[in-house]
Amino acid sequence: MLRLRDGIKEIIRKTAVSLPRDIEEALKAAYESEPENSPSREALSQMLENARIAKGTLKPLCQDTGTPIFYVRVPRELSFAVVEQSIIEGVRLATESVPLRPNAVDVLTEKNTGDNTGLFFPEIYFEQSEQDTLIIDLSLKGAGSENAGTFYKLPDERLKAGRDLDGVRKCVLDAVYSIQGRACPPYTVGVGIAGTRLAASKLSRNSLMRKLGEWAADPMVMELEKRLLSEINSLGIGAMGLGGNCTALGVKINHAHRHTGSYFVDVSIACWANRRSRLVW
Amino acid sequence: MKDKAAIKIIETPLSEETARELRVGQSVLINGTIFTARDKVHGYLMSQKPRPEEMPFNLDGAIIYHCGPVISEENGSFTVIAAGPTTSQRMQMYEPFVISHYGVRGIIGKGGMSMEVAEAMRESGCVYLHAIGGAGALLAEKIKKVEGVWMLEEFGRAEAMWALRVEEFPAFVTIDSTGASIHAEVERTSKQRLSGLIQR
Repeated sequence: MLRLRDGIKEIIRKTAVSLPRDIEEALKAAYESEPENSPSREALSQMLENARIAKGTLKPLCQDTGTPIFYVRVPRELSFAVVEQSIIEGVRLATESVPLRPNAVDVLTEKNTGDNTGLFFPEIYFEQSEQDTLIIDLSLKGAGSENAGTFYKLPDERLKAGRDLDGVRKCVLDAVYSIQGRACPPYTVGVGIAGTRLAASKLSRNSLMRKLGEWAADPMVMELEKRLLSEINSLGIGAMGLGGNCTALGVKINHAHRHTGSYFVDVSIACWANRRSRLVW
Repeated sequence: MKDKAAIKIIETPLSEETARELRVGQSVLINGTIFTARDKVHGYLMSQKPRPEEMPFNLDGAIIYHCGPVISEENGSFTVIAAGPTTSQRMQMYEPFVISHYGVRGIIGKGGMSMEVAEAMRESGCVYLHAIGGAGALLAEKIKKVEGVWMLEEFGRAEAMWALRVEEFPAFVTIDSTGASIHAEVERTSKQRLSGLIQR
């Protein structure tokens, strides 16, 4: 599977050095909407300039090239193990050639493996697909934004948040308020609602892969996404937390059925450089 | 870009006077040498308290940069590939000591720092310079030369202390030596708006 390995290396490079088109367009719109000479407008201008330089020089947008996270849909005739091996080799090659910052640290010895591979690193999630093509979605998730994620268990007394969508709304606003500008806004905010912690986290993280223009299919959820986007932007945190009108580019909510007794809300944050791409093989 | 005339150009090392003249909201361009330091270097400076003669760099009047760069090496010479700021909050517990003990006059980072750090800055005469997070490629272009490195073997490339020669490195003053902080201001405003939205 030499070719797949090289394809993976290239999709990692593309993801590290260029912004998804929808994100770049949204940053441009945010730049236009901020007043002349404001720090937030200058911040957005540097982000766009950075994107131009990175794309032109093929250098990473950000020095934190992230945890590589792969969501893979595998056709019947292909084995998970073979794809996994190609991904790991692709990550090793990309670390050397892009280059990526080596980010995989052994928690027992505190040693960095140097090639971005290790236990559960990169993160790979497999699904069996009924189609003939292999589809690999990649996210390079920076630590600053990953550290900013927050988990809630409803009801939450502190927030007076009950077990309903209004309770979810309060959690999301609290999460964004609490991190202020520390995770490089404008953010994409991902929300997962479920009855187990794992499901909530998975749904929340997956939602960050949705394009900004793609709202939730359910009208109630879509309404909440739109309301939250507007309310988050009214907080005034702004680009890089310097104050301003654009704190989030999008809010994405995924939900599952929950157990009668449980109600979990996980809020995941992507920084302005929500680096994601798809490889179809 | 902002109006060029409104931008203040500062040279390293910073004098106490220059550091104390800077005010929140000002845009600056930095010329000279800056030193990267993140979690491990901060922890080391505070726990081991190395004396200036035990270090290859003089931090008196220095600007420290919260950054773990991507660096490539060819035939023993280093090139900075991407070098944006990292989240300064993680260095908060060490910074008051590092500022007062070593005489640091400027901290470049992102996301701001606590009121305890702001207080240390007020006492010693130091400022917080906010750079744009994620602008790794743009900021790497402002780095003209790697002048040296300390603790490379011990801490690795992302955590070592790099001495970087910069030209026109852009930042905003967001905490100054009067104790003013844009971060505290934004947090106050957003807290009021949050209360309105969730009606506790």
